[in-house]
Amino acid sequence: MRNNTKLRFVAAFAALALIAIPACGGGGDDTTAPESEAVEETPVPEEEKASCELNQVDGDLALYNWAEYIDEEQLAEFAEEYGISATMDVYDSNEAMQPIISAGNSGYDVIVPSDYMVSILIEAKKIQPLNFDVIPNAANISDDFSGLYYDPDGTHSVPYQWGTTGIAVNTAVVGTDFPRSWGLIFDPAISGDFDGQIQLLNDPRETVGAALKYLGYSLNSTSEDELNEAKDLLKSTASRLAAFNTDSADEFITQGETVIGHGYSGDMFVQFLEQENYEDYLYFVPEEGGTRWIDNMAVVFDAPHPCTAHTFINWLLSAEQGAALSDWNYYDTPNQAALDLMANDADGYYDDLLDFVRDPARYAGGIESLESIEDTGDFETNYADAFVEAKG
Amino acid sequence: MTVTSEPSPESTEATPQFEKAAQRKESRRGFLLALPSYLYLIIFFVIPLVIVLVYSFATRNRFGGTDLSGWNLASYERIAEPIVRTILFRSLWLAFLTTIICLLIAYPFAYFLATRRPAIRNVMLVFVMIPFWTNFLVRNFAWRVILGNDGPLTKTTEFLGLGTHELLFSQKAVVLGLVYGYLPFMILPLYAAIERIDGQLIEASRDLYSSGWQSFRNVLLPLSMPGVIAGSILVFIPSLGAYVTPEILGGAKTTLLGSYIVTQFLTARNWPFGAALSFVLMAIMLVGTVIYFRKGGRTL
Amino acid sequence: MSTAVEPRGWAKAALHINGWLVYIFFYAPIALLVLFSFSDNRNVGIWGGFTLDWYQDFFDSSNARGALSNSVKIAIVVTVISVILGTMSALALERFTFKGKKVFDALLYLPIIIPDVTMAVMLLLFFGEFFDLLDMLFGLQLRKGFWSITISHIAFNISFVSVIVRARLSGMNTNLEEAAVDLYASRWKAFRHVTFPQIVPGIAGGALLAMTLSLDDVVITQFVTGPGWTTLPVYVFGLIRKGVTPLINSISVIMLLASMILVVLSLFAERARRGG
Repeated sequence: MRNNTKLRFVAAFAALALIAIPACGGGGDDTTAPESEAVEETPVPEEEKASCELNQVDGDLALYNWAEYIDEEQLAEFAEEYGISATMDVYDSNEAMQPIISAGNSGYDVIVPSDYMVSILIEAKKIQPLNFDVIPNAANISDDFSGLYYDPDGTHSVPYQWGTTGIAVNTAVVGTDFPRSWGLIFDPAISGDFDGQIQLLNDPRETVGAALKYLGYSLNSTSEDELNEAKDLLKSTASRLAAFNTDSADEFITQGETVIGHGYSGDMFVQFLEQENYEDYLYFVPEEGGTRWIDNMAVVFDAPHPCTAHTFINWLLSAEQGAALSDWNYYDTPNQAALDLMANDADGYYDDLLDFVRDPARYAGGIESLESIEDTGDFETNYADAFVEAKG
Repeated sequence: MTVTSEPSPESTEATPQFEKAAQRKESRRGFLLALPSYLYLIIFFVIPLVIVLVYSFATRNRFGGTDLSGWNLASYERIAEPIVRTILFRSLWLAFLTTIICLLIAYPFAYFLATRRPAIRNVMLVFVMIPFWTNFLVRNFAWRVILGNDGPLTKTTEFLGLGTHELLFSQKAVVLGLVYGYLPFMILPLYAAIERIDGQLIEASRDLYSSGWQSFRNVLLPLSMPGVIAGSILVFIPSLGAYVTPEILGGAKTTLLGSYIVTQFLTARNWPFGAALSFVLMAIMLVGTVIYFRKGGRTL
Repeated sequence: MSTAVEPRGWAKAALHINGWLVYIFFYAPIALLVLFSFSDNRNVGIWGGFTLDWYQDFFDSSNARGALSNSVKIAIVVTVISVILGTMSALALERFTFKGKKVFDALLYLPIIIPDVTMAVMLLLFFGEFFDLLDMLFGLQLRKGFWSITISHIAFNISFVSVIVRARLSGMNTNLEEAAVDLYASRWKAFRHVTFPQIVPGIAGGALLAMTLSLDDVVITQFVTGPGWTTLPVYVFGLIRKGVTPLINSISVIMLLASMILVVLSLFAERARRGG
C-alpha cells in the first residue's frame, strides 16, 4: 500500500467505528451516564446481588484503595486465612478512581470510595448491591452510621473509616488563647501575625466549604451568592497563605513551615504523635462546624471475584480486624464491636488511640455541627471554578 | 539532507528510467522505515485523540461523567473567559522564562561536555542523567526541603550573611523547579548537535574572526541550531503543561495551564472542558512549533 | 567523534565553572534525598538520627517491591521498542522523501505537545473500547496491565527518541554516507557500518530519555494500569497523598541504584559486543 491518504481514511473510519459501536450497542462499559441508555426503550433491569456462601472465595482479591490505608500485613493475613492471594493498588483521589472503575473491566473487586462518591457510583450503577447474607459482621457497625445520606438503605456500601477535617495549630508559637473558629485562618485580626505561615487544603470542596462554614452557610450550598461570598473571602485570604496543600499539611506544621494548618484528623494525629513535643500541637474542628467524611467499602459492578470481595468485607468488619485497622492508620472506626474491644482491652493498649482520636472535645461545636460533603451534581463545577478564581 | 539517488550496481550510466526507479525505490524505503511508527501512532495515539476530541463537544452530566448526546461548543466558548486568558498568558510567560534560562545554562554546559575527552564524555553524560532516575516527585520534594523556612538554603545564606529568603512557594521557586526538571532535555539535544560539529570548522572560524563571540555567533550557533530548536521545544512544551512543580514548589497559589487542565479532568470531573482546553493548548503549541521551525530554517 | 575546541582564557574558566555549578545544581536535591532516607524521623526535613528503617520498610513491603519490579520490566521493554521505532522514524524523516512525510513529521510532534492527563484520559477510553472490540470480534478477554502500560509509554516515547536522533542526523556530514553507499552493495551495510556508528550518541541519548520518561510516568500509567501492575511512581504518588515520609526517599534511592545497575550492565554488554 503506497497511498497515505488511503491509510488515513481507513484510520478515520476505524476511529468512527470504535466510537459508534458502543454508542449504538449500549452494551459497552464506557463513562456515559445511564441516562443516555435509560432514554431507550426497556426499563433498567433489577441489579443482581452476588450469590455467594458465607466465607466463600471465588478467586483472588484485587483491592483498590487509598495508600497507607490498610496494613499490608493485615491484608496478607486475610490472604493466608482463605488460601488466596490479595493485591492492593492505590489511587490518590476519588475523582481519579471513578473513571477507571466506570470505564469497566478494571479488574478490581473492592474499592474504598468516600461518602459523596458512593452516591455517585450508586446512581451510575458502578458498584453492586451487597449481599448482606454473607456479611453478618455488618451488625458490628455502630447505629450512628445507619441511614447515611449517600446510601440511605445501606444497600451498596459499608463504612470503613471516618474522620474529620479541621485546624491544626502549633500552640508553642500561637499560644492557646484563640477562638476555636475558622476565623483563626480567615480573620487577619486573629492571625495577622502569622501571615505566610498558614496553609489551606488544595481541595475545592473542603476549602470553599471551610469558607462557607465560617460565613454561616452549609458546605453543600448551591447558592451562587453564598459561593461568591466564600470566593471573595478566599481571595483575600490567599495572599496570607504559605500554600494550598493537601498532602503535606501535617508535615508543614511539625516542620515549622506553617503554624496554622487545615487538614485531616488521622494524618494530623499520626504526625503529632511522632514528634517529641507532641503536646505542642492541637487539632480541633471549629465551632461553626466542619467536614465529617466517611470512607466506605464497595464491590465494583463488574468485579471478577465478588464472593471473595464479600468475604473480605465481612472479615474486615470483625471486632479484631476493625481494631487492628484503626490502630494502624489512626482514623476513627465506625465498627462498634471494635470500639468495645479496644475500650475493654486489659492492657490499655488502645488507650492512646482512643484518647487522641475519639476525644469529643475536638468538635468545638459538638458533633452535630459536622457536615458531610455531598455531591452537588452540576454545581460541582461552580465550586471548582470558584476555587480557581479565588486563587487568581 | 536527503539522499535521492542510488547508483544501481549493474549500470554504468544512470538513464532517466533508472533515476526514476531509483527514486521510487528510495521513496519506498523511506516510507517503509516510517510505516511501523506511523501505524503505531495512528492506532494508539490518533484514534484515542479523536475520542477525546469527540468528548470536547459533549456535555458533563451530573455525575461528572460525559453525556455523548447534546453536541455543543460550550466548552470551547469558555476559553474566552478572563480567568482562562490569565492562566494562559501566565503559563506562556513562565514556560518562556524557563526555556531561556535552560538555554543559557545548557549551551555552555553542552559545549563544555563536548570539549572533554571522548572517554570522559559519556561518563559525564550519564552523570547528568543519573539524578533523573530518581522519582520526579521526590526530587520536587527534596527542593521543597532545601528551599524551606528552616532548610539548608536558609542556613547557608544566613551563614554567608545574606539573610533569609522567601523563595519557597513563590513563582521563582516554580521556575527553579521547572529549570531543574527540564535542563537535561535541553542538554541532550544540544550536546548531540554540538558534538558532531567538525572541530576543524571551529578552529578555522577562530582564525577567521577576531573575537570568540563572532566565531560563536557566525559559525557555532548556526551549526548547532537543530539542537537549540529541539531542546527549546523539549523544554517549552512540558513547562507549559507542568502541574506537579507549581503545586509542590509554588504552593498551588498560582494556577497554571497544566494544573487547570488536570483540575478539569480530575477534581471538577468536567471532561468536555478539560478536552477543549487540551486541544486549544495543543493547537497553540503546534502553531508555535511550526513558526519556530520556519524561523530556524527547517521545514515542517 | 570529534572533540570540540576549548576556548581560551576567561571563556575557558567560565565554561568550567558553569559545568561544575550545573553538577552541583543537579545533585543538591539528590544529596538531600539520600541523606534523609537515613533519617529517623517521619518528617522529611527534620533529621532524626541515623537509621536503616526506611529501607527495611521498603524490603518488607511486597507492594513496594512489586512496584519497583513492575517499573523496571516495563521500562526495559518500552526503551527497546521506542528506540527502534524512534530511530527508524528519525532516519525516514532526515534521509528520505516520501509521500505523507509532512504529515508523519507533524504526527510525531503530537505526543510531545499533548498534556499528560489528556493522554491518560484518552488512552483509558481507548483501551476500554479496544478491549470491547477485541472481545466482540474475537472473544478475546483482555485486561489492562503490563501491555496497556507498555503500549502507552511507547506511544509517547517514539517521538522523544526521534527528536533526539534527528538532532544528531540533521546536518550530519553525509559525504561519508554517500561514499559508503557507493562502496557497499547494500544500503543496509552502508547504514550499519557508516551511518549507525555516527548516530549512536543520539540513539544512546534517546534511550536514556525513553527509560527516564517511562520510569517517571505517573498520570498515564495510573489510568491504564490494571490490578497488580502498580508501578513505582504511581505507588510513590499514592504514598505522598498519605504523607511524605522518608520512605519515598529510600524508595527513590533504590530506584536510582536499580537504574544505575541497568545502565552499567548495558555498558558492559556494549563493551562485550565490541569485543572488549
